[in-house]
Amino acid sequence: MFTEIFTRHNWDEVKAGIYAKTASDVERALAARRRTLDDFAALISPAAAPYLEEMARISHQLTLQRFGNTMQLYIPLYLSNECQNICTYCGFSLNNSIARKTLGAGEILQEINAIKAMGFDHVLLVTGEAQQTVGLDYFRKALALVRPHFSNISMEVQPMDEADYRELIPLGLYGVLVYQETYHQADYKLHHPKGKKSNFRYRLETPDRLGKAGIHKMGLGVLIGLEDWRTDSFFTALHLQYLEQTYWQTKYSISFPRLRPFSGGLAPKVEMSNRELVQLICAYRLLNQEVELSISTREEEAFRDRLVKLGVTAMSAGSKTNPGGYVVDRQSLGQFEISDERSAAEIAEMLHQQGYEAVWKDWDPSLAI
Amino acid sequence: MQPLTIAGRQFQSRLFTGTGKFSSAALMEEALLASGSEMVTVALKRVDMQQQADDILTHLHHPHLHLLPNTSGVRTAKEAVYAAQLAREALETNWIKLEIHPDPRYLLPDPIETLLATEELAKLGFVVLPYIHADPVLCKRLESAGTAAVMPLGAPIGSNKGLKTFDFLEIIIQQSKVPVIVDAGIGAPSHAARAMEMGADAVLVNTAIAVAKAPVQMAQAFKLAVEAGRQAYESGLAAASRQAIASSPLTAFLDEF
Repeated sequence: MFTEIFTRHNWDEVKAGIYAKTASDVERALAARRRTLDDFAALISPAAAPYLEEMARISHQLTLQRFGNTMQLYIPLYLSNECQNICTYCGFSLNNSIARKTLGAGEILQEINAIKAMGFDHVLLVTGEAQQTVGLDYFRKALALVRPHFSNISMEVQPMDEADYRELIPLGLYGVLVYQETYHQADYKLHHPKGKKSNFRYRLETPDRLGKAGIHKMGLGVLIGLEDWRTDSFFTALHLQYLEQTYWQTKYSISFPRLRPFSGGLAPKVEMSNRELVQLICAYRLLNQEVELSISTREEEAFRDRLVKLGVTAMSAGSKTNPGGYVVDRQSLGQFEISDERSAAEIAEMLHQQGYEAVWKDWDPSLAI
Repeated sequence: MQPLTIAGRQFQSRLFTGTGKFSSAALMEEALLASGSEMVTVALKRVDMQQQADDILTHLHHPHLHLLPNTSGVRTAKEAVYAAQLAREALETNWIKLEIHPDPRYLLPDPIETLLATEELAKLGFVVLPYIHADPVLCKRLESAGTAAVMPLGAPIGSNKGLKTFDFLEIIIQQSKVPVIVDAGIGAPSHAARAMEMGADAVLVNTAIAVAKAPVQMAQAFKLAVEAGRQAYESGLAAASRQAIASSPLTAFLDEF
């Protein structure tokens, strides 16, 4: 379990180590043939800021070689905003008095049709955590509805037990996104005071349970803004390295959600500039040529357009973050505000203008039994 | 130049091509036509087998292009056999490029599952072209299992590093009774020419063309390189010249007898 490695690392020491990196550490990291976690620490450190252009150049070249002139597109399908957790930063938090909505079968089909009409073939199912209404049984039914319409289905829902994942994978579940939010244990408790999510360790070990269940792909990340992003990103990379060595048949992706405002929500404790986000994306690519790097519509149009050539390999497009947001109930409250409101077709055209092909389908149900 | 025959089918071009990583399907089509290739591999995961109007497949509708579906994404022999059967049904070809790389990071082929799947698929009447490590013993085992050709890698896929497995490819080519197609790692026309000079029956190139600044021109460059390499092989390369030795200190005494 990753917990064993995690407990051998002390947050403050890791942080101090990153901030102590020097220009020569960065130069050594840039010159390395294969980069280590220590190189990654140098590349995400303040000392690497003057080297951003060189990092971007290497990141672009490595990404082009591995992924070609392509960008994967995906879209979230929010099934429910019911949630038993209190998370200080989230629009779905239990203590947030919003109208709650969970899509029924007919509504899910309406949303599916709308998403299919946009051209999507990969879909990400998203919910809050409400075991009574949106538990294993709900997911079984949702997958049965969604599966005939999409080549690739991922989920971003509450962490589950290994046996639950084992049951859902044959029903068409390809990937699971589970963000640790922060690896700072004390802060994690502050931000998740109530609900099942307040169990730090259960969440930390979710990727292990997914790996044991044989999931095809998992997505990692932290919510940027809760804690020092450099230290949190180091722990994410540490987690990634452990998972790649342990569950070597699984594909990995990293996301970089920056805390976005919602009605009555938390202001970020730590601000991350655009320049720093680019630094982080490039640092991941320099560490790992193969990992997928994903960027959502939390980010603004003009910025997303520029990220295309800096290491990102997957983008969401045309997203709504509220259940029923595509047709059923456009006014229901969303999880966070969308910054890039362009349609999927507009994103595909933007990619085309930059010499990139939008990839709508990169999996086939015939490839797994 | 001699044509290449695999499972009774003749190919004038010894350059096989891939269809991934291009910036558009139209550019892919143009590059493939420029390459002169008659065998193009297409990932099942990228095409919609149920749809006639699939964007990739519609750009491959040329009578001289032989479609070679690949199973990239499967992790076991069982999954590969299942995918091959669906592909045969949907794409109406019994040719299959067998790719079983359970490791999604370096995409290195699993020799055990590949051998099992080749045995099974050959029995089911498929023309099997397996992607494998440059492992001479595995090649002989695949021959016994009924493979139509072998496709050993030159270097990790997409790496453009060239013929890192040179010594093992030489042994494979020397021993093989089925065509040897060097797959993966070929990053420059000179790598392709080198593979052909050493007697490879064909090479498969994708990344080096798709990711080039000018893919159509690069496709032509590979076409020329493969032809040059093959012609050199068929013409019998002269041995590399050795340094002239003025006297024969070890054997001159023989003249005295």
